[in-house]
Amino acid sequence: MKVTLFTTCIVDFMAMNVGKATVELLEGLGHEIDYPKNQTCCGQPTYNTGYVEKTKNTMKHFIETFEHAEVIVSPSGSCVSFVKEYPHIFAEDKEWKERAEKVVAKTYELSQFLIEVINIENFSAKLPGKAVYHHNCHTSRFLQVKEQPLTLLSKVEGLELVDFHNSGKCCGFGGTFSVKMGEISAEVADEKARYIQEANPDYLIGADFACLMNIGGRLSRLGSNIKVMHIAEVLNSK
Amino acid sequence: MGIKINDQSFEKNLEKNLNDDFMRAAMVKAQDLISNNRKNVLSQLGDGNFPEWQKLSGEVRAHVLENLDFYLHQFSENVIKNGGNVFFAKDAKEASQYVTNLAIERGVKKVVKAKSMVTEEIGLNHKLMDAGVDVKETDLAEYILQLDDWNPPSHMVVPSLHLNKTQIRDVFAKNGYTGKDLPEDLAAFARAQLRNEYVTADMGIYGCNFAIAESGAITLISNEGNIDLCTSAPELQVAVMGMERIVATYEDADICISLLARSAVGAKSTSYTTFVNGITEEGAADGAKEFHVVIVDNGRSEVLKSQFKEVLQCMRCAACLNACPVYRQVGGHSYNAIYSGPLGVVLTPLLAGYDDFKELPYMCSLCGECTEVCPSNIPLHKLIHEHKRVLAEEKKASAFWGASMSGAGMVLSRPWMYKLGTSVAPLMTKPLMVDGKIKKGVSVLKGWTDKRDLPALEKTRFRDWYESRSKGGNK
Repeated sequence: MKVTLFTTCIVDFMAMNVGKATVELLEGLGHEIDYPKNQTCCGQPTYNTGYVEKTKNTMKHFIETFEHAEVIVSPSGSCVSFVKEYPHIFAEDKEWKERAEKVVAKTYELSQFLIEVINIENFSAKLPGKAVYHHNCHTSRFLQVKEQPLTLLSKVEGLELVDFHNSGKCCGFGGTFSVKMGEISAEVADEKARYIQEANPDYLIGADFACLMNIGGRLSRLGSNIKVMHIAEVLNSK
Repeated sequence: MGIKINDQSFEKNLEKNLNDDFMRAAMVKAQDLISNNRKNVLSQLGDGNFPEWQKLSGEVRAHVLENLDFYLHQFSENVIKNGGNVFFAKDAKEASQYVTNLAIERGVKKVVKAKSMVTEEIGLNHKLMDAGVDVKETDLAEYILQLDDWNPPSHMVVPSLHLNKTQIRDVFAKNGYTGKDLPEDLAAFARAQLRNEYVTADMGIYGCNFAIAESGAITLISNEGNIDLCTSAPELQVAVMGMERIVATYEDADICISLLARSAVGAKSTSYTTFVNGITEEGAADGAKEFHVVIVDNGRSEVLKSQFKEVLQCMRCAACLNACPVYRQVGGHSYNAIYSGPLGVVLTPLLAGYDDFKELPYMCSLCGECTEVCPSNIPLHKLIHEHKRVLAEEKKASAFWGASMSGAGMVLSRPWMYKLGTSVAPLMTKPLMVDGKIKKGVSVLKGWTDKRDLPALEKTRFRDWYESRSKGGNK
């Protein structure tokens, strides 16, 4: 299948390895990657801060960049969940609403794509050690993608997955919330990091780089040596 | 007191609360306990399909709001039929004035009160006290707060959650208690003090969980038995309710009640579900001989006309407070209003304006857990976002963020600007790097880096890697 990749802006300039792992993983499964070079961002940062009108051009740009695709896959449930909001945001604009609906219908978060679209049963990932998985809010709550990542991780050879206290609660990232209300955001991240440390894992795994950057930022400040990995990197581990 | 609880700045309130270790530990403990119990009891309700219940109850509430004029009329006709009086108050002042005048006219010296958010909202206690009436809060938590110099509530269901048993002992000690900080002993002391108040009070005041239109009954959901005493001992009784607090039928009330206790405290039901049907029959030993219902608008009509109307579906269970990751850290007083947590973030600016509460909509990470647990099916996180939109686009609340977001919108919709920006950004942030990480940010980054490291921006972006690779370069 020809998979059109939306890496997300944050992965593009802050987590190149996540994008790289996504490409290698999908190619390894026999898919062809299409990477539209003009892609930028889904628009969530400005939208969530309240600037809806200032976001619409970014959203239109996204639609124009991706509407040619057969299927759009992204290693971020949060960005995908925001793209799924496009038709509501363009509710009063018939043309863009219809174009958005077509894009939405073929957009998937990575683990969702692997389970729901291509039904992968077997792949040869190997990662020895103990891991926790952080259910990020937008993937688990807005996209209702909860079991898919766990199913995939359960098939990684050598990986022991354990739960930790309140693994389904927000990590405190929240886009511009993390700087606008930095103090509160940091306290939420601190609690999350402490519960993760209590489980004593080798790895913290998540399906959204932004949340991982937040929790990882706190873990790093606490001097922890828990390795933070995106699920694409785990599934691409040999 | 009214909606706002103090005159300190948002930052001052926040700082004070973030430094209150006891309060913060209490919030975490209460949230975890209640949330766990909530999940368990909801999984046993019917076939355990909470989203279906949520939808049903949301429909029940939305239906009333769509036809509020009809149901308010029906309800008030039935109250009058039951021998009661109805007063429609357009604002807080009219509502509290009506009750105060009634107290003065009837020569009331002492009032026993059951816990009610709307009486806090209209500032009733102080109005009555200013008129020389002795007011006794009878809910245990409210009783503690009253004795503690009217310390404001920090949670809608558990108002004194921010106080521990030792602090409560100290409060009671100032009022004649000589025992230890044992919860049982403290409760026994409060009980003994309060028993006498019910029989000597001239007036009972309580709120309303659900007003039933088809019968004119006021439904009260409670645990301590104090509400039953407020509705039975005094001969003169007043129920105060927000105008949205109506359900059409007992059947509809049943759906909401089934969800209320489960959502509020994680219990299958409360100890008492009380229906007050106007005045008592001739010769009965207890109950109201004179009964008034005060129906409070206080901004609700405006909310009903607005894009925020779904917030009026709220049944004040506080499930959103118990789920919110922000409330969990900062506690109720940080919202500087009697309504806190996600519900407070939505409701407070609507009832009390943005001026004093413009920070509230940003006390949200948009995680959506409030919406997930809301038994009234209110899209809370979306309404919070709508407040942000109003502040950003209509009120132009922040020049800095307005300009930043204009800039971001411009860059993100123009690939050439985006590519240029992301290629020079690593250079610009280079001075902030320590060991490959940003540990001390400036400007907006400071809020992040005070307690968190930030990874370096990639010198080789994903797009650079991809391009060089497709040209046969490095892998």
